[in-house]
Amino acid sequence: MSVQVGERAMPGTEEARTPLVRLRGVKKYFPITRGIIFQRRIGNVHAVDGVDLDIYPGETLGLVGETGCGKSTLARVIMRLYDPTEGTIEFEGRDITRLKGRELRELRRHMQMIFQDPFASLNPRRTVGSIISEPFRLHKTVPRDRIKAEVQQLMELVGLNPEHYNRYPHEFSGGQRQRIGVARALALRPKLIVCDEPVSALDVSIQAQILNLLEDLQEEFNLTYLFIAHDLSVVKHVSDRVAVMYLGKIVEMAPGGTLYRNPKHPYTGALLSAVPIPDPRLAAHKKRIILEGDVPSPIDPPSGCRFHPRCPSAQFPICSEVEPTLEPMRPGQVVACHFPLPDRAVIDEGAEEATPSAGPSAG
Amino acid sequence: MADEGIAGSVAAPGGGDRPSTIVGRSPWQIFWMRFRRDRVALGAGVFLVLLAALAITAPLIARDLVHHDPNALFRDTLNEIGLPKVGPSAEFWFGVDTSGRDVFVRTIYGARTSLLVALLSTGFAVVLGILLGSLAGYLGGWVDTVISRAIDLTLSLPVLLFSIGIAAACSIKAEGCLGGLIQPGISLVTAIIALFTWPYIGRIVRGQVLTIRNKEFIEAARAMGASTGRILLRDVLPNLAAPIIVYGTLIIPSNILFEAALSFLGVGIPPTTPSWGRMISDAARGQLYTVAWWMLFFPGMALVLTTLAFNLVGDGLRDALDPRTQVTG
Repeated sequence: MSVQVGERAMPGTEEARTPLVRLRGVKKYFPITRGIIFQRRIGNVHAVDGVDLDIYPGETLGLVGETGCGKSTLARVIMRLYDPTEGTIEFEGRDITRLKGRELRELRRHMQMIFQDPFASLNPRRTVGSIISEPFRLHKTVPRDRIKAEVQQLMELVGLNPEHYNRYPHEFSGGQRQRIGVARALALRPKLIVCDEPVSALDVSIQAQILNLLEDLQEEFNLTYLFIAHDLSVVKHVSDRVAVMYLGKIVEMAPGGTLYRNPKHPYTGALLSAVPIPDPRLAAHKKRIILEGDVPSPIDPPSGCRFHPRCPSAQFPICSEVEPTLEPMRPGQVVACHFPLPDRAVIDEGAEEATPSAGPSAG
Repeated sequence: MADEGIAGSVAAPGGGDRPSTIVGRSPWQIFWMRFRRDRVALGAGVFLVLLAALAITAPLIARDLVHHDPNALFRDTLNEIGLPKVGPSAEFWFGVDTSGRDVFVRTIYGARTSLLVALLSTGFAVVLGILLGSLAGYLGGWVDTVISRAIDLTLSLPVLLFSIGIAAACSIKAEGCLGGLIQPGISLVTAIIALFTWPYIGRIVRGQVLTIRNKEFIEAARAMGASTGRILLRDVLPNLAAPIIVYGTLIIPSNILFEAALSFLGVGIPPTTPSWGRMISDAARGQLYTVAWWMLFFPGMALVLTTLAFNLVGDGLRDALDPRTQVTG
């Protein structure tokens, strides 16, 4: 298993390169309405609430956070499946925030998505061949008589038997179905693939296969991934940089190794402390940071720092009144916290090399 | 993935689309396997096929087998006060009615009217229901509001009252209404029935589209750049086939009864066109069935059996198409 996480990413060179995707102040609010004929807006769900994010060509950016923190919404805003309420999205330096019709369809060739649920993401009434060839028929990148050969080549590439061209999704296992999803996303040779929890619905043994497939494809086709997950060990395995999201905001972002060794945001610390460590010697040195209470409602998020009601190191009144901004901590690491954690707050000892590169998942 | 190795070695070289050792079954093949096991539904289906054959060949049967025209009057079969005195017999299989017409011939001709009106009106209702229901469900917003309120409004109308009213309004002039598009007669009855039954389909389609719309494969299609029309046609509609077929089949019998009710009330279909509803109404007038039971019995039985058969087939289709029901045996 070829795993090099972390520091191969760009120390200090970030600013020099143009990002493939650039988000500035992106917000997505979902209205809550009441009334049958005349709908009144009585509130908003602040799913994504002011996100700045750069994704550089060729990298894998991990995005982690609890269920309901807005990860998937952010992914769909980038994919232009949802229109952002505010903010701008740039793709290769071009503003795509308000693209419509033809131009938007043209753009779709360059960004594709792999979905979480391999059962819901494939139309049960269509054959595998028809599912994978749909992008070709929509964008006419391949002449009609070449489509089938092209699809079968794709199937082979992702580890499916090309003989199964005429089968239906229900005849495949979860892992195979996810491979179909990967083949479909790959068909147009996109530059960006947004992976929305692509392995969280799969068995652990299958997760590794899919993650390795994604890694191989990245090398072969020079892909850029936005990799969303709630499983930190999965994200660690694949990501160059990791962004941590809480209640619609990014609270910390750092190269993978840095983040895992020295989380600065108390929320990141709490998430990391919850990851089981398969090495008992190391696990003994781990401090558990246990969060109290539930995630607050995104309809009426807390004032100041959104994490303050659950934060073990919150100090009042500053945390409940002043909203922290993302500040650089060390090369490549930014954190939005008034009182960042000290170094090695979660794992104490031998962190440098002993941080276990634990398989696909420690679960 | 053990089967892949086997399949790969068995398949002929170069034949990528050859079926492998394990034959994939399409959803429709699975449906047919399940439906075939349901004997009752299968029997009802056979009955309907026979009925349709009888209806289609009715003119031939009347001319060559029975030698009675549906509107031929056999005065000698009536007694001195004009009541039919000939019941089921070798000459008149189902007896004669008060005008001395052959009830058998009129019953098989009535099947033509009933099936034609029911199938046509159900067809229009299904098309209208799919169109409006899927638009409402997929687009949401004000489109949904308008269509959903229209459905509620239509369902809240007193159906018979409005049917009689519309039929009367459209029968005043010979050219009918909507600029001659709807003529008095079968097209008028069909239009009225379709108007009052599309909301049932529309509502079901809307609900189904609402659940399918949020499936990830729809998002996948949008992410690939498919247009709304293409998504509705290629991704949404095929997944609606099962409920539409089931409810369409279940609406047919109620539309047969609807047509019979309209004919019973003397609305729509001209008196010379044989129709089960009108035959029953003729039999009921002045309690004629107390003297000539066959006038009520045969069209009544035809109506009951046809309605029952469509319902049984509909139930069978639902069981076979719904993966949650288990067909045993």
